[in-house]
Amino acid sequence: MSTTTLSRPRSGNAPSGKAYARRYWIFAMPAAAVVLLVILFPWIFTLYMSVHDWKVTGATPFVGFDNYARMLADERFLWSIVRTLWFTAASVIAPLLLGVWAAVCFAENFKLRGIARTVFILPMMATPVAISLVWTMMFHPQLGVLNYILTLVGLPPSTWVYDANTVIPTLVMVETWQWTPLVMLIVLGGIASLPQDPYEAAILDGASNWQMFRHITLPLVWPFIMVATVIRLIDALKTFDTIYVITLGGPGSASETLNIMLYQTAFAYYDLGYGSAIVVVFFLLILAISMLLLRVRQREDLR
Amino acid sequence: MNAHRLRRWLNRLGLYLSVGFLVSPALLFFLWMASLALKNELDNTAYPPVFIPSEPTLANFVDVFEKNDFLTYTINSVIVSFTATGLALLLGVPAGYGIAKSKATKAAALILIARVTPGLSYLIPLFLLFQWLGLIGTLTPLIITHLVITVPIVVWVMIGFFEGLPGELEEAALVDGATIWQAFLHVAMPLARPGITVAMILSFIFSWNNFIFGVVLAGRSTRTLPVAVYNVLTFEQISWGPLAAAALIVTAPVLLLTLLMQKEIVAGLTAGGVKGG
Repeated sequence: MSTTTLSRPRSGNAPSGKAYARRYWIFAMPAAAVVLLVILFPWIFTLYMSVHDWKVTGATPFVGFDNYARMLADERFLWSIVRTLWFTAASVIAPLLLGVWAAVCFAENFKLRGIARTVFILPMMATPVAISLVWTMMFHPQLGVLNYILTLVGLPPSTWVYDANTVIPTLVMVETWQWTPLVMLIVLGGIASLPQDPYEAAILDGASNWQMFRHITLPLVWPFIMVATVIRLIDALKTFDTIYVITLGGPGSASETLNIMLYQTAFAYYDLGYGSAIVVVFFLLILAISMLLLRVRQREDLR
Repeated sequence: MNAHRLRRWLNRLGLYLSVGFLVSPALLFFLWMASLALKNELDNTAYPPVFIPSEPTLANFVDVFEKNDFLTYTINSVIVSFTATGLALLLGVPAGYGIAKSKATKAAALILIARVTPGLSYLIPLFLLFQWLGLIGTLTPLIITHLVITVPIVVWVMIGFFEGLPGELEEAALVDGATIWQAFLHVAMPLARPGITVAMILSFIFSWNNFIFGVVLAGRSTRTLPVAVYNVLTFEQISWGPLAAAALIVTAPVLLLTLLMQKEIVAGLTAGGVKGG
């Protein structure tokens, strides 16, 4: 989520003092209780289960770090990490490039801008299962509309999600189609907050559009792009609905990402102990990658 | 001067071409979705594909409701999303106010954890818990898990909103002897109504769209619409018209809401970068 809210300057007009501020804690209590129950309890319980051999029925003996050790030797798990990272890298970069481009376009005034922007954000609002079904029909090798379009423009038909080599790029395409709008919205928010004077000066100096983008817009909205990158990264790592509906990890296990593998382990094989250990590692992976990016950003701020 | 006008004209052309290129995948996709849903089976299996239905028909929609218990699933979805959104507003609006007023930015950061965690990871322990409590097969587990999505969205949007409100009016009320609760209820809340609308819409949409909680926790009669539509795919190989019609039924309320409330939605998403699940 955006860091803009967190770093917003504090208004100085409220009565200050810690005691005064503390009175307002009561408002957050009910929500805090629910969050504790629905979010913290599962976390503690997950940690507990991850050191037990826990199937749905039968005894649940303590096994120490066996579940974690098992991961290191589990090729299916290791491959799912490789696939997740490759899927994630592509699903961050493509929406970022297109999203920044879209934001620059939507920052201009033009006819039908409102309706064009609304249509543009429909993919991220639409129910993921519903759009996944329609994509699945479009990918059909013989009757699908996408292969028809390819042959229309003289390209050979693609195997889309039906071949191990093309399945991940195809899923990245769906992810890009779906989530470019979120990047666009965040960056557009950044562009809207920019001062106008540098542009006016640049126009007087005869700068080209590209020069203005490269030397004014890009550096100034860079923090927003970083926020969008972190959000995109987290979401791409967690992608579930579209992959589950379109391929269920297939063909074979060619698109089995970590989240899909986790689902299969926990809710198809009911190996809850091992599943919990995977959850813990998954969460640490997400946390580590997000931290790394934030660190990179901080270092750039220092320059 | 002419060169200048030419350049302006070229810029304009580039802008329109870019917008066309960027918007057309979304536009064509949803038009194709509608086309599939409105075509008969003959048109849908034709190659080359038929784009405009030769005889538009609503038979696919009738088919979906006849062959599946879609009415039950629609009611389930409505109950779950409305309850989860209502509860989230009840809990989240005061929480957003409290966090904004006490400037507890660390508490706000805690909410981020809910945003970072994969939805699936809540499900293993909660699945067991609901099993022990004998709640599997009712709508209660779905409502409770949907709070994982809706509460953080509401709190996050409301923090931003209450921070943006000037504090003077409430302080005047406090000086006049109102309690902080009264100041919240009668001064801050009415001012925050636009923010509450944004929070409500976003939390409703992301609860409505949720698939993963339903797929694990719903029984035969407690499926929400996204789960039901997925089952149409697995059990009724492969009749494109009804499948597209089912997909359209599920997502139509969300698409309509987005079209009608686009200003509010854009404002909320821009501020928060919120997304459920």
